[in-house]
Amino acid sequence: MEQIKQKEKNLNPFETAVEKLYELFDNTVLRYSVLALMVTFLVYLPLSSSLFTQEIMTNMFFYVVVCLGLNIMIGFAGLLHLGYAAFFAVGAYVTGIMSATYGINFWLTLPFSMVAAIIAGLAIAAPTLKLRGDYLAIVTLGFGEIIRYTVRNVGITGGAIGLIGIERPVFFGIVLDKISHFYYMFFILSIIAIFISYRLHDSRLGRAWQYIREDEDAAAAMGINVVSTRLYAFIIGSCFGALAGSFFAAKMTAISPDSFMFIHSVMILLAVVLGGMGKIPGVVLGAIIVTLFPEVSRDIGQYRLIIFALVLLVLMLYRPQGLWPERQFISTKK
Amino acid sequence: MALLEIKDLTLRFGGLCAVNGLSLEIEENSIRSLIGPNGAGKTCVFNCLTGFYKPSSGDMLFQGKSLLNTKPHIITYGGMARTFQNLRLFKQLSVMENVMSGMHCRTSAGFSAAVFRTKGQQAEERRIREVAEECLDFVGIPDKKHYMAKNLPYGDQRRVEWARALATQPKLLLLDEPAAGLNKEEKARLIDLIARIRDERKITIFLIEHDMGLVMKISEKIFVIDYGIKIAEGSVKEVQDNPRVVEAYLGKEEQEDAV
Repeated sequence: MEQIKQKEKNLNPFETAVEKLYELFDNTVLRYSVLALMVTFLVYLPLSSSLFTQEIMTNMFFYVVVCLGLNIMIGFAGLLHLGYAAFFAVGAYVTGIMSATYGINFWLTLPFSMVAAIIAGLAIAAPTLKLRGDYLAIVTLGFGEIIRYTVRNVGITGGAIGLIGIERPVFFGIVLDKISHFYYMFFILSIIAIFISYRLHDSRLGRAWQYIREDEDAAAAMGINVVSTRLYAFIIGSCFGALAGSFFAAKMTAISPDSFMFIHSVMILLAVVLGGMGKIPGVVLGAIIVTLFPEVSRDIGQYRLIIFALVLLVLMLYRPQGLWPERQFISTKK
Repeated sequence: MALLEIKDLTLRFGGLCAVNGLSLEIEENSIRSLIGPNGAGKTCVFNCLTGFYKPSSGDMLFQGKSLLNTKPHIITYGGMARTFQNLRLFKQLSVMENVMSGMHCRTSAGFSAAVFRTKGQQAEERRIREVAEECLDFVGIPDKKHYMAKNLPYGDQRRVEWARALATQPKLLLLDEPAAGLNKEEKARLIDLIARIRDERKITIFLIEHDMGLVMKISEKIFVIDYGIKIAEGSVKEVQDNPRVVEAYLGKEEQEDAV
């Protein structure tokens, strides 16, 4: 039985004020009160905010979901993936084609979207199983572009113009067509994504990913099937992306290849790295910053992206591990 | 029947023959050592046994089953665990998590069990923790479980590796230079620990070691290889008196005279 409850810090030299702050957040009572406050705020936000704010917040939740999906690959399993936008393209197009072309109910398209994501995940994972780090990054980058060029040139996806007329989902008789509907939908999705991420992180599978990330050979020597465990990371990560993509398609009602450009993969990656790879609240924080900063600072005008870039540069120089990284100290978790 | 039987094992890297026609047998519940000068091919033998290298020819039988073309994780699952010559801990993870990795092959919870946190998964998690704690206790560092592995002193990192290997619940434990970098006191404790692993846990031990004092103290039988060829085997005394072993380690007398 685990009796020791008090926290035990290791002798990390990076123990700074920031870590102290995060450590404070480890206090259960404080954490849950802050979380409860945040959730309450977010639930009531659409009632008293402009459509513009709701739109940005919806986009933010969308990013939270895809960033957590990418985090499973990069943060948990250490698989550097530069073509993540391809996965939500797969989800968006499966839903788009089924809904716009064949008029199938949105909710029925979700399982197909996931199956397509699994196939896409396996398609990229199978040839890259032996690759690590930079090499994997290059292949996945190519994969992202292949998917984009394919949908651009194939008839069924509407080519460069894309798909229009994707049907709105109906939820218990209510047609979800207002931005506040999608606000809540993506809000719930991101909560589910956070929940699943946490559950995975503290599980046998989540630990296996971390072992492989730390040392593949040692993991194999400990009896971990490196191949299937890595495949799992690809599959689950791509499912997150595809589901988010399906909802994205339903929200936009129109999608085109330009919605899935390389820059989106980079932004998602940026959010994950900026927040702190592997650390769930860190990744959420990263997603929030990457989506909100350019909007909040709109008053500065044209220079806002330059300032954003400078802030990122400074952060990467002085805090390369991310804003809220995993394991600055190890706390006693039961 | 021997627990492990190596038959005519050969491993070539291009023109270099790292292991050359090595044959040996390891009986159940024994402590055996493999010694030899630097570069003799000792670790290569371990790497073949654990599936990291593919032998060029020969066969290895563990509990009567061939290990050829078997992936490392299947071999571990089959009951053979190893430690590494240069520590290969999961550095950024806690000591506890490191040791818990050993239980991976003895458990089965997957994605849905983890997400829904089923009863079975919870019981399994408890069992993983219990075994890990018991192993840490066994190697003598129960109080270090929340430390990040890389922040431990070297001697304790070694112990984490042993605990991790023990957590896989092996029948045969391969220790690759377990005493490297340990001080005298730690070595004494290691000797005691190896004996306890065999006596209390009924685990057969096969080790590579450079520290002759340690090898002579604990091994019941020693295999000596040089340039991948077995040049001697036998008890401590027999090996010590074997002129070929002396030659392999110290060189020939005439050569020394010539210099």
